[in-house]
Amino acid sequence: PHAGPADRKNEAAMSELVPEPRQKPVVPMKPTGINASLLGYIGIDTIIEQMRKKTMKTGFDFNIMVVGQSGLGKSTLVNTLFKSQVSRKSSGWNREEKIPKTVEIKAIGHVIEEGGVKMKLTVIDTPGFGDQINNENCWEPIEKYINEQYEKFLKEEVNIARKKRIPDTRVHCCLYFISPTGHSLRPLDLEFMKHLSKVVNIIPVIAKADTMTLEEKTEFKQRVRKELEVNGIEFYPQKEFDEDLEDKTENDKIRQESMPFAVVGSDKEYQVNGKRVLGRKTPWGIIEVENLTHCEFALLRDFVIRTHLQDLKEVTHNIHYETYRAKRLNDNGGLPPMTVETEENHESNM
Amino acid sequence: VVFQGEGCRTVPLSGHVGFDSLPDQLVNKSVNHGFCFNILCVGETGLGKSTLMDTLFNTKFEGDPASHSQPGVQLKSNTYDLQESNVNLKLTIVSTVGFGDQINKEDSYKPIVEFIDAQFEAYLQEELKIKRVLHNYHDTRIHACLYFIAPTGHSLKSLDLVTMKKLDSKVNIIPIIAKSDAISKTELTKFKIKITSELVSNGVQIYQFPTDDESVAEINGTMNAHLPFAVIGSTEELKIGNKMMKARQYPWGTVQVENEAHCDFVKLREMLIRVNMEDLREQTHTRHYELYRRCKLEEMGFKDTDPDSKPFSLQETYEAKRNEFLGELQKKEEAMRQMFVQRVKEKEAELKEAEKELHEKFDRLKKLHQDEKKKLEDKKKSLDDEVNAFKQRKTAAELLQSQAQQAGGSQTLKRDKERK
Repeated sequence: PHAGPADRKNEAAMSELVPEPRQKPVVPMKPTGINASLLGYIGIDTIIEQMRKKTMKTGFDFNIMVVGQSGLGKSTLVNTLFKSQVSRKSSGWNREEKIPKTVEIKAIGHVIEEGGVKMKLTVIDTPGFGDQINNENCWEPIEKYINEQYEKFLKEEVNIARKKRIPDTRVHCCLYFISPTGHSLRPLDLEFMKHLSKVVNIIPVIAKADTMTLEEKTEFKQRVRKELEVNGIEFYPQKEFDEDLEDKTENDKIRQESMPFAVVGSDKEYQVNGKRVLGRKTPWGIIEVENLTHCEFALLRDFVIRTHLQDLKEVTHNIHYETYRAKRLNDNGGLPPMTVETEENHESNM
Repeated sequence: VVFQGEGCRTVPLSGHVGFDSLPDQLVNKSVNHGFCFNILCVGETGLGKSTLMDTLFNTKFEGDPASHSQPGVQLKSNTYDLQESNVNLKLTIVSTVGFGDQINKEDSYKPIVEFIDAQFEAYLQEELKIKRVLHNYHDTRIHACLYFIAPTGHSLKSLDLVTMKKLDSKVNIIPIIAKSDAISKTELTKFKIKITSELVSNGVQIYQFPTDDESVAEINGTMNAHLPFAVIGSTEELKIGNKMMKARQYPWGTVQVENEAHCDFVKLREMLIRVNMEDLREQTHTRHYELYRRCKLEEMGFKDTDPDSKPFSLQETYEAKRNEFLGELQKKEEAMRQMFVQRVKEKEAELKEAEKELHEKFDRLKKLHQDEKKKLEDKKKSLDDEVNAFKQRKTAAELLQSQAQQAGGSQTLKRDKERK
């Protein structure tokens, strides 16, 4: 009266390919647990420390993409977020370079370290997005890039002899910059987010928020939220992925009140009240980037980096990537084998 | 796409960013998820496997005591939910039953190997599914195999060598000397040396506690030298001094389980649980499982891409195999359907036959019944006729008699009158 692991019904034909083991295991595992009460300290809670040590040793990858029209302060914001010169503009690229005629994808990788934690941060910039006269389908190169990274990972995952740690270039987070018009979202914004929210975690931010007063900001945010809802755009954190009640309560608050974050970026420091702060200097005052009464940068930073970074990666891996993989494996060879167009092509398949 | 930064350079931070909370974020997620740990105990009957588990985890695990009535080697498995502070652990303990009891032990290792493989297989099947739920999968793969060596004091038995050799590429083996209070200290040292040299000379790869992380390198290195651990198990607590301790009492003295001078129990617990539990899980996944997967896929005929083939040939091979398989399935299905139709026809014919017979029988019976009825009616009629005839005669007779009487009576009257 029990079903061994070999008996488990296979949902997909793919797994039926793996032939049944000739004999069932002698005694199958019973997954339901019996509660055993411990009579003394054993030390199984040390696994937390063990795990922490291991992760610190392997380090972390994080890939963040920024999308928005030219001049919205994308590179500055990323530099501010990570308190270092990590964006494209800072890495020796010509500051005065022309706006490209088509959307380009430029990825820059850096290693940053803090408190013993090593992170390989990759910032993916998308110059040219929304800058043309005719912007039809300008999200396509971006969607293509995102899917290419899933493809790369999948290829590595299905290898027979595979790497101990598959290099992760998948986009974990996409910051979408909304122009602070004060009115509503533009059609391009809606189109982009509609298409891409299904394949990647999108976090909309209102750029250059220092051009709006507090009331204008609140109203604009409300309008944007409404519009996103009306258009069925699920931005991160997506409602359907809330894991438990605690998550839901926490995320509901963020979704319904804080987002989209109205931010200001700066990599310049000024002296304010005896402290050195990051800010923007104007004739009428210094806008302190990390001051919550001035703008919501600190909220964005805490959200993306200090509380939800790991979750962004997990949603990307467990949901977006799995969706891509399932779709890819289901298509009966209908899709031509995708060619990966990055310059790293030459190093594959060797 | 242009990618810059293959040889990524380190960039300095001008302030506190906050990603140093990453390990905490990751750990918190794992804690919410819960952990799995699966131990396999291999050893002959009576070496104290269950007692040791009870002692290690400081609890009395309920489980039906093993019944040693089966002929071959069996594996008994139980899963327990343990909780300590905020850690929820799903602990599975698998034990061999009847290992070493057989006369012919050539195949004794097989059920064990098959069991370990079956867990890998289950994971592989999940991994290969199109719609899979890997992050919620209940991992049943064996993370540590405690191999119980009998405390003979001499050397390893050939069964031990053979079994460990078969298992060393599939699971992390930690050999332990069971019931080690049966051996004296000096004999124990010699025994350990003998065992270690036999393992080495036979090329058995036992699990080495990792020494690459400086924080644990020293302790792990020392412990590696103490293998195999000589252990004693006991769940009985005795008062020693003014404390209650786990111990075994003999007329000549008391053996304390947690006294490192008496046995290596504390070392085992330290290594297995408090220092290397995570490493054991990692090695199982990245080394043993990968090896199993690689062999299995190669066996099934998959190859990695060769220099000039298309990028996703695994998928194409899959497709080909899948179509082949589906084709076979269809043929089988067709054959089964034919057979089914055939059987149905036969059965139908049988039933019709039976029905016909029944009808005939019924008709016969009915006729019989009717005949019988008619006979009875005829008889009745003749009987009635007789009765009627009789009645008639009776009436006639009675009439005659009464006439005669009357005539005689009137004559008598006449005679009487004449006499007068």
